[in-house]
Amino acid sequence: MTITLGHYLTVAAILFTLGIFGIFLNRKNVIVILMSIELILLAVNINLVAFSSFLGDLIGQIFALLVLTVAAAEAAIGLAILVVYFRNRKSIAVEDINLMKG
Amino acid sequence: MYQAIVFLPLIGAIVAGLISLAGARARHPGGSASAKDQKDDHAHEQSQRDGVAHADAHSAAEPAAVGSRSAELITTVLLFIAMILSWIAFARVGFGQDARVQVASWIAVGDLRVDWALRVDTLTAVMLVVVTTISSFVHLYSIGYMEEDPYRPRFFAYLSLFTFAMLALVTSDNLVQLFFGWEGVGLMSYLLIGFWFHKPEANAAAIKAFVVNRIGDFGFALGIFAVFMMTNAVDFTTVFAQAPSLTGKTIHFLAWDVDALTLICLLLFMGAMGKSAQFLLHTWLPDAMEGPTPVSALIHAATMVTAGVFMVARLSPLFELAPVAQTFVIVVGATTALFAATVGLVQNDIKRIVAYSTCSQLGYMFVAMGVGAYSVGMFHLFTHAFFKALLFLGSGSVIMAMHHEQDIWKMGGLKDKIPFTYAMMIIGTLALTGFPLTAGYFSKDAIIEAAFATKNPVAIYAFACTVAAAALTSFYSWRLILVTFHGHPHDRSHYDHARENPMVVLVPLAVLAAGSILAGYPFKDLFAGEEIKDFFRGSLYFADGNHIIEDMHHVPAWVAVAPTIMMALGFLVAWHFYIRKPALPGELARQHEPLYRFLLNKWYFDELYDVLLVRPTLWLGRLLWKGGDGWLIDGFGPDGVSARVLDVTRNVVRLQTGYLYHYAFAMLIGVAALITWFIFRFGGAG
Repeated sequence: MTITLGHYLTVAAILFTLGIFGIFLNRKNVIVILMSIELILLAVNINLVAFSSFLGDLIGQIFALLVLTVAAAEAAIGLAILVVYFRNRKSIAVEDINLMKG
Repeated sequence: MYQAIVFLPLIGAIVAGLISLAGARARHPGGSASAKDQKDDHAHEQSQRDGVAHADAHSAAEPAAVGSRSAELITTVLLFIAMILSWIAFARVGFGQDARVQVASWIAVGDLRVDWALRVDTLTAVMLVVVTTISSFVHLYSIGYMEEDPYRPRFFAYLSLFTFAMLALVTSDNLVQLFFGWEGVGLMSYLLIGFWFHKPEANAAAIKAFVVNRIGDFGFALGIFAVFMMTNAVDFTTVFAQAPSLTGKTIHFLAWDVDALTLICLLLFMGAMGKSAQFLLHTWLPDAMEGPTPVSALIHAATMVTAGVFMVARLSPLFELAPVAQTFVIVVGATTALFAATVGLVQNDIKRIVAYSTCSQLGYMFVAMGVGAYSVGMFHLFTHAFFKALLFLGSGSVIMAMHHEQDIWKMGGLKDKIPFTYAMMIIGTLALTGFPLTAGYFSKDAIIEAAFATKNPVAIYAFACTVAAAALTSFYSWRLILVTFHGHPHDRSHYDHARENPMVVLVPLAVLAAGSILAGYPFKDLFAGEEIKDFFRGSLYFADGNHIIEDMHHVPAWVAVAPTIMMALGFLVAWHFYIRKPALPGELARQHEPLYRFLLNKWYFDELYDVLLVRPTLWLGRLLWKGGDGWLIDGFGPDGVSARVLDVTRNVVRLQTGYLYHYAFAMLIGVAALITWFIFRFGGAG
């Protein structure tokens, strides 16, 4: 069996869906949300690389590297926020984070 | 001079009112905002005064307002000046100098031209004399009567303002000005009845007087509108000139043609019925006795309640042309005369007896007006003002001597304690009952003769009522005298403390007593004799067919002496009941219990009106309040809308959970929906 573009896209779609559901079905803590965001970005990256190889255009892979960089920065900032938040509120459970409640 | 007569009381009222206001501010410092605006250097003084005033407010007896004495003196002196001027004016008008003084142009809208003018003819001059004389002596009397009251400046301001309104009424040159005075006296009557505002009964009586008068005034206002509609004018000269051309004209109202003059006169008379406490609209007058006694004497005996009589006399050119309305006036007047006299028989409050007597005498005046003997009615108005004011002030003197006890059954034997008041009350009673040669004798007999002589179909009814009322009048008047002044004291402690009043109270009594005797004979020919035409000239109108004045002098002898016989009869019965056999009235009351109850409860008019009018009105008001305003307007109007908005926002607020994943989910759904839409919208086309 040859691995076609369709397979790559399927994997990426599954990852993406996992990420999405990870965000809003998650009842535990905020780190899981951050991880889910990483997962979504990875799914996008797979798509970019797969299309790049399929179309023979390197720009896609360059763009994937860019996304990785941004993802790293985002993870750093997100974790930093998380640490500060935990210091202030003594909890990072998703249930407790409802300050924006009307 | 005429302006001075009318406006001097107004000046007095304003001055006394300002004194009263200043007193009120001293009494309740800080009550007005301006007190805080004092400059700094005044602040210290101010705070000191505050302290004093607070100390006063907590002491048991309230001190008299500052400047009470000056308020009394200013208003009284101004009134006396007005009185002297009025007598001069009376003499001048009596010799044939009518006057019309233009004060100001008042209203000018479209066809409506209303001037503020003083019309001084004989009719007005008579009223001027009555009003200013009675008012002056009531002012004087009040200085003594209200001695212990802390609110005297306010009282005198009201009294003077009332006098001004009354003078504006009698000097009016047009219907609108008449209406101004009319409402002015109504307002002052309200304020003065409710002068002792801490008494709930006084407040209730004041409101009752005001509301009942509104009913009459409603008719009066409609009458003025009708006059304006028919003649395009409201000033008397124009209206009277056009009156003959109105005969036979009709007013179209809801597919119903009514004779214009009859309707106008009936509507205007409705106002007179309210103001003069005639049958059906009389209920407020006895209750008005809750006010201070000088007020009863001035307003509810001598002046305001006679405004209706004056108005009919003033509008005689209209009434002469409306025989149906005249008949109605006779019937109402005669009924009132008899009705009030019957109720007066069994009342126990000294002032209420006199009040019903007033009501009854007003009925007499209207009988005279109805039969077309306007001058005779005015004559009775003139004499009645003196003796009824005398009776009221005398009652007030008794009440003062008895330390504000008004029940005649708690008095008795007072003739030895307060002989002067006793003598004055006797004179008043003689005049009221029509003892020969007193003032009331001439005027009342003239009315009864006129009632007999008229060609109106209801003449016999009017004659019977007035003669019967004469007997009843005599009975209840002597009952009052005999129970109050004769017999044994019923209440020892009151009796022992009774004392004669100071001169300031007794002098007005003496003057009015003199008036009660002298107001009759010298004026007999002017009001009810040959000299009417020369004296009243144009101010009263007698239609060509109106020979009542001549006819009344040719009545049979038995008619002429009937009132005197009735008077004697009433006295004898009263004497028999209350001196010879004091047990008899009680027995009689027991034997005729229902009748006695019926009379004691004033023919159950208050109860009847309560069931017929007050309760349905309250019910309707409650319905409109709870149902109309509360349920409908608040439920669906502004309050309802705002409540719905609040409901919606409350639910919208609940959407904002604050949980991150809810927002994320919403965003996802939104993105998914957008993409779906783009795919189906543009994807197909691509």
